[in-house]
Amino acid sequence: MKRWQCVALALVVAALIAAPFSLKPHGIYLLSMWAVMSIAAIGLNLTLGYAGQISLAQAAFVGIGAYCTAILTTMHGWPFPATFALGAVLCFVVGWLLGYPALRVQHHYLAFVTLAFTTLVFLVLRNEEWLTKGIYGIVGIPRPTLLGWSTKEPRDFYYLCLIVLGLVSWLIWHLVRSPWGRAFMALRENPVRASSLGVDTRRYTLMAFAIGSALGGVAGSLYAPLVEFIDPTPFTLALSLNLLLMVIVGGSGYFVGPFLGAIVSVLLPEWLRVAEGLYLIIYAVAVMALMAVCPSGLLGLAERLIRPAAKKGAP
Amino acid sequence: MSTVLEVRGLSKRFGGISAVADVSFEVQEGEILGIIGPNGSGKSTLFNCILGQLQASSGSVHVDGRPVTGLRPCDLNRLGVSRTFQLLQVFPQLSVRENLILAGQEHKGTMWSRLIGRRDAGLTDAANRMIEFFRLGHLAEQKAGGLSYGQQKLLDAAMAFMAGPRLVLLDEPAGGVNLTMLGDLRERLRAINAEQKATFVVIEHNMEFVMSLCTRILVLAEGRIIAAGSPSEVRANPQVIEAYLGH
Repeated sequence: MKRWQCVALALVVAALIAAPFSLKPHGIYLLSMWAVMSIAAIGLNLTLGYAGQISLAQAAFVGIGAYCTAILTTMHGWPFPATFALGAVLCFVVGWLLGYPALRVQHHYLAFVTLAFTTLVFLVLRNEEWLTKGIYGIVGIPRPTLLGWSTKEPRDFYYLCLIVLGLVSWLIWHLVRSPWGRAFMALRENPVRASSLGVDTRRYTLMAFAIGSALGGVAGSLYAPLVEFIDPTPFTLALSLNLLLMVIVGGSGYFVGPFLGAIVSVLLPEWLRVAEGLYLIIYAVAVMALMAVCPSGLLGLAERLIRPAAKKGAP
Repeated sequence: MSTVLEVRGLSKRFGGISAVADVSFEVQEGEILGIIGPNGSGKSTLFNCILGQLQASSGSVHVDGRPVTGLRPCDLNRLGVSRTFQLLQVFPQLSVRENLILAGQEHKGTMWSRLIGRRDAGLTDAANRMIEFFRLGHLAEQKAGGLSYGQQKLLDAAMAFMAGPRLVLLDEPAGGVNLTMLGDLRERLRAINAEQKATFVVIEHNMEFVMSLCTRILVLAEGRIIAAGSPSEVRANPQVIEAYLGH
């Protein structure tokens, strides 16, 4: 990392740690939600932004993770760390299997396959009452106590979300800089050429799906105790599209993209509440304007502003 | 000398059309074999069948005596069979050096070591040497998509050689490359052929280039081999002249 990036990172982390001291519980809740959604968006950014595999299934994985934690902690008394790990592993495996269609279909066809999966998971969550309690939802999902540290208070749970976000960011930062990350990008840019250079496109495609989905599960495992009550409605296609929006608006394929995207998607609507009835319209117009001006998202826009005379073509 | 590539009775049909019909040939170690033929004579289809990008309708391919028919391109590549493409096939968003590291990384270690190992898989030096060899030094940090056509063509070739392949199939390496670079490219290819004992099969339309580079030439027309021999023999063959000029 460059020096200014280190400084910026330190400032942002300090601000995130200090933030809950000046916020009301609702503000802390929103910041926690931002952290959770960032994790899910980081996962989707890996699958979509780096490896180029469009997925509308991320909401389903958030749902699987959330229900895994909710069911096991409330009904079976599992400790949170165990359900957290199981949720991630479960989503990894299911994501791996969902990757198989991606080996055969691409682009909008793949979008439809993953869309169908989201709908399927939603129907299971709603209809299989014996397992999920259906539309009645699961209440009283406990916030965990870890090594004697109770995260019952909003501020403590926020710090837990922040710690997980930090760990996930650190892991993915290293992943996208490893040869794997390079292979993912090769998959996105030119799978035929990648294959002719020995890149096992099948294995990397499945991995991109599995890891991205596992992060959806991680986000879900935090989502359930954050909200303390879940029913199937948050895990519809709308959340998948919202996560897709976060990735695209933030800047698909940029490491920082999902963090910014989650700000736009989670916090901006709250800030716009002052505009009352108009806030959804303002929000929609702002997003449309951004996409029209800069399809590569906020970071693409920033890059253009900082380097207006970007090198075009060869010398 | 041993046989590096052996193609036996290879055919590829698309519906009722035979793109490649019963093609058999062998390539010896260290040889530079040229394949020429009019447009649509099945040269690229032949390449794609050999390399597993297309499934051959019948026939077999052996590399170093080992059957490789039906292997995936990535598995074949890891056996030491590399290729370049007719149309530009680089990774535009990656830098020149990253393109080259990618071209070598899957030949080292395991999936696991590539995950937790060094970011460059220990290939930066090898990539830099390849960059110097193809005289792309001033462009190492630039995104490949910003290079000129000829430079991308050189990068494409450099990527094919990155893992020290045993056999390289080059699909029109000279296409769209200007005259100065062409001589350069020929010298590079000759040097690699001599130094690394790499065996080449070259598809090319540029007659002057192919005649001066190759030791032996096959002529393909309508999916069949109609002539084979040294450049001078092929040039004098009346069937070849007819295939090119028509009736």
